[in-house]
Amino acid sequence: MFDTLTDRLGNIFDRLRSRGKLSESDINAVMAEVRTALLEADVNLKVAKQFQDKVTERCVQSEMHTALNPAQQVIKIVNDELIEILGGQALTLAYSDKPPTVVLLAGLQGVGKTTNAVKLAKWFKSQGRNPILIGADLQRPAAVEQLRVLASNIDVPVFSESSDPVIVARNGLSEAISSGRDVLICDTAGRLSIDEDLMNEIRQISDEIQPHYTFLVIDAMTGQEAVNVAETFNDKLALDGMILTKLDGDSRGGAALSAKTIVGKPIAFASTGEKVEDFEVFHPDRLASRILGMGDVLTLIEKAEDAFDHQEAQKAADRLLSGQFNLEDFLEQMQQLKKMGPLQNIVGMMPDLPQGVNPDDVDETRLTRVEAIITSMTYEERDRPEIIDGSRRSRIAKGSGTSIQEVSLLLKQFKEIKRMMKGAVKPNKKKKKKSSKGRKGKQNSRAKREINKTANAFDLGEFGSFKN
Amino acid sequence: MKKISSELENTRTTFSFLSRLKRNPQVDNALWNEIEEALIQADVGVTATSRIIDVLQAKSKEMKLSSTESILDLLKEQLKSTLQKFNTELNEGGNPSVWVFVGVNGAGKTTSVAKVANWKSKENERIVLAAGDTFRAAASEQLEKWANSCGAELIKGADGADPSSVIYDATEYAHAKNASLVLADTAGRLHTKSNLMQELEKIVRVANKGSGTVTEILLVLDATVGQNSLQQAKSFAESVDLTGIILTKLDGSSKGGIIFAIAEELAIPIKLIGIGEGKEDLIPFDSEVVVEKILDFQEDS
Ligand SMILES: Nc1nc2c(ncn2[C@@H]2O[C@H](COP(=O)(O)OP(=O)(O)OP(=O)(O)O)[C@@H](O)[C@H]2O)c(=O)[nH]1
Ligand SMILES: Nc1nc2c(ncn2[C@@H]2O[C@H](COP(=O)(O)OP(=O)(O)O)[C@@H](O)[C@H]2O)c(=O)[nH]1
Ligand SMILES: [Mg+2]
Ligand SMILES: [Mg+2]
Repeated sequence: MFDTLTDRLGNIFDRLRSRGKLSESDINAVMAEVRTALLEADVNLKVAKQFQDKVTERCVQSEMHTALNPAQQVIKIVNDELIEILGGQALTLAYSDKPPTVVLLAGLQGVGKTTNAVKLAKWFKSQGRNPILIGADLQRPAAVEQLRVLASNIDVPVFSESSDPVIVARNGLSEAISSGRDVLICDTAGRLSIDEDLMNEIRQISDEIQPHYTFLVIDAMTGQEAVNVAETFNDKLALDGMILTKLDGDSRGGAALSAKTIVGKPIAFASTGEKVEDFEVFHPDRLASRILGMGDVLTLIEKAEDAFDHQEAQKAADRLLSGQFNLEDFLEQMQQLKKMGPLQNIVGMMPDLPQGVNPDDVDETRLTRVEAIITSMTYEERDRPEIIDGSRRSRIAKGSGTSIQEVSLLLKQFKEIKRMMKGAVKPNKKKKKKSSKGRKGKQNSRAKREINKTANAFDLGEFGSFKN
Repeated sequence: MKKISSELENTRTTFSFLSRLKRNPQVDNALWNEIEEALIQADVGVTATSRIIDVLQAKSKEMKLSSTESILDLLKEQLKSTLQKFNTELNEGGNPSVWVFVGVNGAGKTTSVAKVANWKSKENERIVLAAGDTFRAAASEQLEKWANSCGAELIKGADGADPSSVIYDATEYAHAKNASLVLADTAGRLHTKSNLMQELEKIVRVANKGSGTVTEILLVLDATVGQNSLQQAKSFAESVDLTGIILTKLDGSSKGGIIFAIAEELAIPIKLIGIGEGKEDLIPFDSEVVVEKILDFQEDS
């Protein structure tokens, strides 16, 4: 299907090869991709622009998080903003002291009003209520029969008559009161937002039954018009919330962002299938990652954030750059990396792992061996590795259950890293060649770079990345 | 069939995009931007939009067009030609012929069956409707009401019955009664549900088994839906040999611009357009109607 935001940003950051703070032009380039991704997810053009402006502002202002690479930073900001808009104030249903609590459903044709009227009824039942359904769709053939069949499956009574929708609603309310029902849910005919007669009709229904809650039922597959539809229904009916349907498909669901931005009222429920039980409370975070296809990368970001203590990381980075970095720091960083979970998993979560890189190739045991070597050193040795002579090496090898060769290799490579970092220079040619040796092609170094960026932008060299 | 409805007729006179730009006859960056935004807001999609604009820019340069009006005219022609290159005939020829209506939930399949039944009945064809949606509550009752009002016969099965066998029965019934055409409704199904897509393959297979010949498999697409329609068309086309598209709900404010991407990428012809909930609200596909609908947009949107 379409590229996810993760793919898009991955491509951009490849081009930028930037590791530090984003420049303004970087941000602009990134935002153009964010916008395209939003549009491909059916977010309305104007809403996408507005969103883009907000995110840009946050990117400019926000302090860069050392645990994340720039692409991840942006994705995080975009995601946070999306969740904020999609979520916000949750809907708290308060029951009227003068029952019944009245709920009105409205929306375009075929979006799922009838199905969700019944789902809602079932939900109210589960909350210990006694709902009644009103069938006020006298337009679509057999709409009331549909409602009756579905309602009988969950043992909820239906009131309807073949008169006029407004009268049905009025009489339905009397019926609810006289039969002692404490929740009334009114299903209505689908209508186009530009059909003035029918929009006036639903307004009349609303005036008649004075709903406590009016929900717009909106199909997750809706395109650009979601904005105008939501706006028109909101103007006419003063919506209290929305129900998002057909989330069991593969639409990105950007319409929800459009509608939410315009209406500003919560998306209360999510409909995830044709069956009455396919109904749940809406989760803004799930929809956010669905809209931009950010899925797994967010899990990775979360893990990185959890694992890294921001200040610790900063301290280490400072020491690294000033050349004071010692094996103790190295060990700490490695342990941070390990806290993120098995390396195989982390590599597997990389958004753009090149083909041919198998997460299983990542050698976790190497990390463990390096760790063992360093922990077998004295603190003095860790601070000043240059004092480690031949006899110390053999002691460390013995203590860590490794070989003298491995200890020597670690020391050599640590020295190299330190030298590299001190000058804050790019790896020299020899090193580059070496680190790409034995890997399955050029692209693998990219994946490795990603890992290393995650590990707070210092190069673990040969350790803990891929098997040689 | 009903003639183009009054609402659609209106779009011909209030071509606001054009009238606005006539006020600014300069061809500048703003124009390209406005065209781009108009197409995107019509659900044409980012990729198809930039493709369209690239071609338009190249052509207008080549033709040395310098007025907004001429460029918009070119755009209109270009959009129309994308949709015009298909044969939109609806095929019969079986004994009976079977037209199967497929699509996602709520797209307008059942209503479209009714509209086609109404049209064909008026042309004195003997029509049998097959209530192939045995899943959704009261789906066959819905179709039954339509059958009664359109002068068609209906064959239905029990709730939860195998839809293939209901449709098969309808073909045999039609054959016996010398009805020329069976219109088969099916349950709405999301293209992501592989079991339901397999069910659809079986429906088509079985409908061809007896006396009937499937001559049309029509994908019903809701113009309100955005980019997902492309995916729907792809997936349905993978399962069954789609012969055409019915674009519904074009009486609404949505423009259904995704059909350009579908036409370009999948080359499935659009054959009919739904313009309302009534049985008369159906028109043969007309690229003029679709394109003018797309290019008609309000000043502030
Ligand atoms: N405005 C408008 N409404 C339409 C059009 N076609 C269908 N509808 C309405 O859309 C709703 C769904 O139509 P159906 O024909 O029941 O759709 P379906 O695809 O059979 O739906 P399921 O069987 O439930 O999946 C109904 O309320 C129809 O009246 C159209 O062209 N314009
Ligand atoms: N796949 C799927 N189908 C749904 C969902 N909600 C409703 N539907 C189906 O969508 C179609 C239209 O639903 P309906 O409740 O009749 O819509 P209404 O016209 O707005 O009352 C029916 O076929 C329903 O079974 C959903 O969340 N997922
Ligand atoms: Mg309904
Ligand atoms: Mg149907």
